[in-house]
Amino acid sequence: MCLAIPGQVVELFPDQPTAAMIDVVGVRRKVDLGLLQDDLPVKGDWVLIHVGFAMSKISEADAADQMRTLRMLGEAEAAMQEIEGYGLENSDNKKAS
Amino acid sequence: MMKFVDEFREPEVITWTSEQIRRLADPKRHYRIMEVCGGHTHAIYRFGLKDLLPSNIELIHGPGCPVCVLPMGRIDDGLSIALDPNIIFAAFGDMMRVPGTQGSPLEHKARGMDVRIVYSPSDALKLAETNPDKHVMFFAIGFETTAPSTALTLVRAKNQGIHNFSVFCNHVTIIPAIRAILDSPDMRIDAFIGPGHVSTVIGCRPYEWIAKNENKPVAVSGFEPLDILQSIVMVLRQLRDDEAKIENQYKRVVPWEGNRAALRAMADVFELRPYFEWRGLGFISQSALRIRDRYAEWDAEQRFDVPGVRVTDPKAAQCGEVLKGVLKPHQCKLFGKECTPEHPIGALMVSSEGSCAAYFNYEHRKTAMVNSITSAA
Repeated sequence: MCLAIPGQVVELFPDQPTAAMIDVVGVRRKVDLGLLQDDLPVKGDWVLIHVGFAMSKISEADAADQMRTLRMLGEAEAAMQEIEGYGLENSDNKKAS
Repeated sequence: MMKFVDEFREPEVITWTSEQIRRLADPKRHYRIMEVCGGHTHAIYRFGLKDLLPSNIELIHGPGCPVCVLPMGRIDDGLSIALDPNIIFAAFGDMMRVPGTQGSPLEHKARGMDVRIVYSPSDALKLAETNPDKHVMFFAIGFETTAPSTALTLVRAKNQGIHNFSVFCNHVTIIPAIRAILDSPDMRIDAFIGPGHVSTVIGCRPYEWIAKNENKPVAVSGFEPLDILQSIVMVLRQLRDDEAKIENQYKRVVPWEGNRAALRAMADVFELRPYFEWRGLGFISQSALRIRDRYAEWDAEQRFDVPGVRVTDPKAAQCGEVLKGVLKPHQCKLFGKECTPEHPIGALMVSSEGSCAAYFNYEHRKTAMVNSITSAA
């Protein structure tokens, strides 16, 4: 659970300064930017995401490296499942709510 | 031996680094290097890195797997609160198969408890908003990588006035666990591979005492095969030169000072518990976080009756010895017999970051396969 997932900031929301839409290999979800409030990312920046929060800004090359590491570790599928599940978009919660 | 190297990025650099390790390692010495983080343990087994090291370098698997160090009593406590049908038990997927004395969260779900997997603490809060007639309790686990996200979620709950939400906090801190291991009389560690993502939050400074007071090298490491091998080079070089300092191999992600906003959020919401029980390590003082009184309304432990269950691990299971690195996973009496990833008895077998599951999935299955091929031939 310690692995972080790389994503690109594709949209910021003027009315929600602590949220951003990120794109992880084509899947888009909202993440919290609160942990980067001292140095907020801008559109196009790459970040590492952990449990729905962007935790550090990284370079595009490092983001690609990180994705490859996840694949090599056999964690890419779990990482995508996590991203897809953000915002209660997993079947478990969709059913109930 | 090196058959997997070709699959790595920059295989020639891997081979070169592995040779560098062989040159640095004094054949007259036996090195015990602890990788603190469960993510590193997983990577070491997955990539078969042991095969790239000389036999006198022993990697000891540390306590950095949050699921693995959580005592069973805490799972029982959390689940007992959620026996109330008005309460939704929300937790990360990693928690779902962790056994409590009356079964895992998943087994409680099968018996009718409202148990939900969430991928973020903020989604547990969202669950509370979408279920206003229920109370959502988020069962929080994790080291400093995860604790700031729980902290910010509590800040948001308070700011947004969401009252049907609470956190059952099991967040732990890595430094006291390292201290407990160094204080343990049956442990001898020569150097540490420091956790990568915990350090994005706490930075490198909190490890300085390990170098200064304990005279042990530390290299904060990334998770790629080359990262881990380079970190081993760093600590071996220090040991050769009789040095002890903190090196940051994972500079591309870890700032020396950590993430100040994350540290502020943690300080705002959490305070240190006087002591906390760790599976395998026992009670360690000031090693875990509790929710401050100003967030008492969102603290499940202050809001509900908590039985305070204490459970001793099954006697035959030797999780404690494995967790401290005294025993290798396969030396436990239950390993691969009663205790497997499909039917875990101890938590080290549940999480993919647990050393038993990692050993079982890679080493044990590899050996079993080789044995079946040899016996068939």
